[in-house]
Amino acid sequence: MKTYLLHRDRDVDWDEAPPVNTEDLVADLGLAVLITAMAGGDKTIPPIATKVVLRRLGDVDTILYRQAVLRDCLTHPSVVRTMYELAGEAIENESRNFWGMRSRHAASILRRSTDVLRMFLGVLRKLRAIAEADGGAFESEGFARFFAMLRSELDDAYLDEVYGRLRAVEFRGGMLTTARLGRGNHGCDYVLRTFDQAQRGWFDRLFPPREPGYTYHVDPRDESGARALSELGDRGVNLVADALAQSCDHILAFFTALRSELAFYVGCINLHERLTVKGEPTCFPIPHEPNAGVHQFSGLYDACLALSMPQRVVGNDGDARGKMMIIITGANQGGKSTFLRSLGIAQMMMECGMFVAADAFRASLCNGVFTHYKREEDTEMQSGKFDEELRRMSLLAECLSPGAFVLFNESFAATNDREGSEIACQITEALVDSGVRLAFVTHLYEFAHRIWEERRPQAFFLRANRREDGQQTFKLHEEEPLRTSYGEDIYQRVFEGEAARST
Amino acid sequence: MNFESVLFLRPALSEIEPAEDPPFFSDLNLDQVGDVIFAGRESYNLRPFFRIALRSIDEIVYRHQVMRDLENAQVFAEVSAFAEAMRGIRESLAAAAKLYYAHERERWIVDAAARYRDGVERLLRALGEANFASQGLAAFRGYLAEYVGSAGFRALANDIVSLHEKLAAIEYAVVIDGDRLNVREPRNEGDLVVAIHETFARFRQGAAKSYLLTFHERPGMNHIEAKVLEFVAMLHPEEFAELDRFAENHATFIDPVIERFDREVQFYLACFEYARSFESAGLPMCFPTVSSSKAVSAQETFDVALARRLIEANGTIVYNDFSLDEPERVFVVSGPNQGGKTTFARTFGQLQYLAALGCRVAGRSVSTVLFDAIFTHFERQEDPSALRGKLEDDILRIHEILERATTDSIIILNEIFASTTVRDATVLARRIMDRILALDALCVCVTFIDELSTLSEKTVSMVSLVDAANPDVRTFKVVRRKADGLAYAVSLAEKYSLTYDRLRRRLNGRGHG
Repeated sequence: MKTYLLHRDRDVDWDEAPPVNTEDLVADLGLAVLITAMAGGDKTIPPIATKVVLRRLGDVDTILYRQAVLRDCLTHPSVVRTMYELAGEAIENESRNFWGMRSRHAASILRRSTDVLRMFLGVLRKLRAIAEADGGAFESEGFARFFAMLRSELDDAYLDEVYGRLRAVEFRGGMLTTARLGRGNHGCDYVLRTFDQAQRGWFDRLFPPREPGYTYHVDPRDESGARALSELGDRGVNLVADALAQSCDHILAFFTALRSELAFYVGCINLHERLTVKGEPTCFPIPHEPNAGVHQFSGLYDACLALSMPQRVVGNDGDARGKMMIIITGANQGGKSTFLRSLGIAQMMMECGMFVAADAFRASLCNGVFTHYKREEDTEMQSGKFDEELRRMSLLAECLSPGAFVLFNESFAATNDREGSEIACQITEALVDSGVRLAFVTHLYEFAHRIWEERRPQAFFLRANRREDGQQTFKLHEEEPLRTSYGEDIYQRVFEGEAARST
Repeated sequence: MNFESVLFLRPALSEIEPAEDPPFFSDLNLDQVGDVIFAGRESYNLRPFFRIALRSIDEIVYRHQVMRDLENAQVFAEVSAFAEAMRGIRESLAAAAKLYYAHERERWIVDAAARYRDGVERLLRALGEANFASQGLAAFRGYLAEYVGSAGFRALANDIVSLHEKLAAIEYAVVIDGDRLNVREPRNEGDLVVAIHETFARFRQGAAKSYLLTFHERPGMNHIEAKVLEFVAMLHPEEFAELDRFAENHATFIDPVIERFDREVQFYLACFEYARSFESAGLPMCFPTVSSSKAVSAQETFDVALARRLIEANGTIVYNDFSLDEPERVFVVSGPNQGGKTTFARTFGQLQYLAALGCRVAGRSVSTVLFDAIFTHFERQEDPSALRGKLEDDILRIHEILERATTDSIIILNEIFASTTVRDATVLARRIMDRILALDALCVCVTFIDELSTLSEKTVSMVSLVDAANPDVRTFKVVRRKADGLAYAVSLAEKYSLTYDRLRRRLNGRGHG
């Protein structure tokens, strides 16, 4: 029994190492806010959601498979949450009440295994009931298969078989094992056997036939004999205890897989509710093949920013079809970094099958989202900072391949404009010519201008503007890069504010 | 094939195995060396072999050849594997001897015999492929081939096969119900565990962890297990009658010559592992040239007992070179204390002794001499309760040495007469040196008396060095050089401003305030 709600045909390998740039991505894109919103207070969701969000699927088909499952979830949130809670309940009960699986006594392993199995069976029955009552309303391929599986695999005949097995291991009519002679003629190769049922009918029980072989009765006063006999019995109990404990593990693994996969979808439901309540739009993005050069969006906003402020946030529009670079220039605190983040987050959300924070979004899949952000540590010397930036860039370059999408935020600015621009030009041009796409927030005028002059067809230029009254709009416009970046505005506001307070 | 011992060309040599370490062991730290070499092999009682220094070249060559052959990695591995098997067999038999139930005891004996058969046959196969240069291993292989082909061994092997087949074919059923134990023939009943796995197979998500407890199978049965076995024997009387016969016919199945080989070859394995432990730390080891010539020499040699401790502590090991040419016989070692003099004396003694065991020794190129005895006199703590004074004690001990030493002996004296005046010590030491020189014996004499180094053409002066730039730093290097005991003292005094002139000036500067 496989859940297969995240992939059409395989389990998720939850132990797979996260991408190498995970730490930078999480920090630079502020993903923690997104994950917290998905969790909605649940402890299981964050690690699961983090793993799913960070792992791009890489093909359009799987993304659409997940989108369909997610649509079902958004339509029937309470059914999905109930199943998620049931799986969690089974797992919690197993770990809370049935801790003793590592016992040194075969008999106690056996007892606990049967107890756990009975508890699991109860939960499985409830899941089947949900499949029967609500399953029909789900439309996605993933859920249709899942509910069909619950109905057929957990039918009454099967559940009766399971209860039969649990009765058999109570050994009401004695325990039969076979063995061979091992070292020192001690018994070995013990095999626990099923009694021939016909032989033990009511007639035989009332009038037992003469027993074949040889029989010994342990004297009631022979305590060591009784102990030795029970130890001998443990050889057989050991085998059946192992089999049942493993069965418990298998069912537990099923519940764990179910809870993990549903955790992601419950996280999506939570996030969707948060954004919807605020009146922020969401949409299912349209994924395109990697080389299609598609990148169009309208009303694209930073979901993380939206989650952390009460008012509506500003969305941006753009059509960067066929462009390798998005160069963002303009006023400070004009929404450049926010926009850069929204680009990265939307790409990642699309690539893991989620909805995105936009009115509409379509884009080609990329070969990994990467970030190269200016680091804020000012304790370092200028030259040391620049050195650090380049060293980090060099490490990053180790991870890049054609199709990758790199977000630069004020990179290579830890030196003068000329040097920084030269480096930025050389690096970006090398990347672009190697098939790497990028978005670059920069104050390096020389750099932005050279791209405008020499690489205009490959680049999409956005600019943060200020209104005539000096107020920021946070809305970006497609426009040629400007030389100044309105730092003066901020300077004046801050210093005049100071002057105003001090008078 | 005539073969008795892999350790002795003339096995009569080993008839008396010395029970005590010779007295010089502790002075030369050879007791520690022996402890390390044989650690983990105590059950073989190899220490007596460590106490028998060989007295002839051919005996030493016999060992060198065997040792070289055993250094072939494959041969070494095979011999080790055989030893391992023999250890297991001995343990099994010892454990079996204590068992109460015959059918259990007899089965342990059969299984031990099977391991013995396998071990012997495998060893023969392995050695058969080797290209031996040594007389010892070639002769042993010949013996082994004859033994394996012998009627007695074939009969043992056949009986084992027949019995194992019969016992392996037995399968029995046990029913436990309350206090009732029933043993009978099985009737093809289904496997309950397989059935359970099938029932739950649909939940299988991946590999399953095992919850199987391990039951420790030690020799010995309780009366219930014995009862089961008794019933099984009643179900299969023929097989168990054969088992009884086996135990009777093959009560002692280990061949005494092979048993002796198994013990003696451990001496080589131990020595090889010991030498390898130094080599893997980057230290040189070599087969010495042993002869009756007193022109002994060594390059890059070291004290193995000290080196062992330094390797463990990650310290630096200092090499020394020495050589005697005709007619030189005596190393007179002088120089600053804690400078490596005693270590040099020990190194010299260890080298001569270990070479006489046929071992590999410390160093790159080593020539040693055959000797009849080693005598040592090392400084001892004064025993306050002794009636004799220390000087008297020293003289008595040296007297005893000189009474017994011959021209073929090795004498190692460490700081003799340190307890008396220089004048006394000089006179006494000269007397004793004259006796030793007259004996023409090899000697190392560690002393503060420089004059001893120039007594005769037979004496060679060795000096422990200090770092020229930093006189209080010892190099622990001892080199052949004219003794000049003062140079070191002067330089050290200068460093601490304690020379005459400097100390005067310092004292002068304080005035009379």
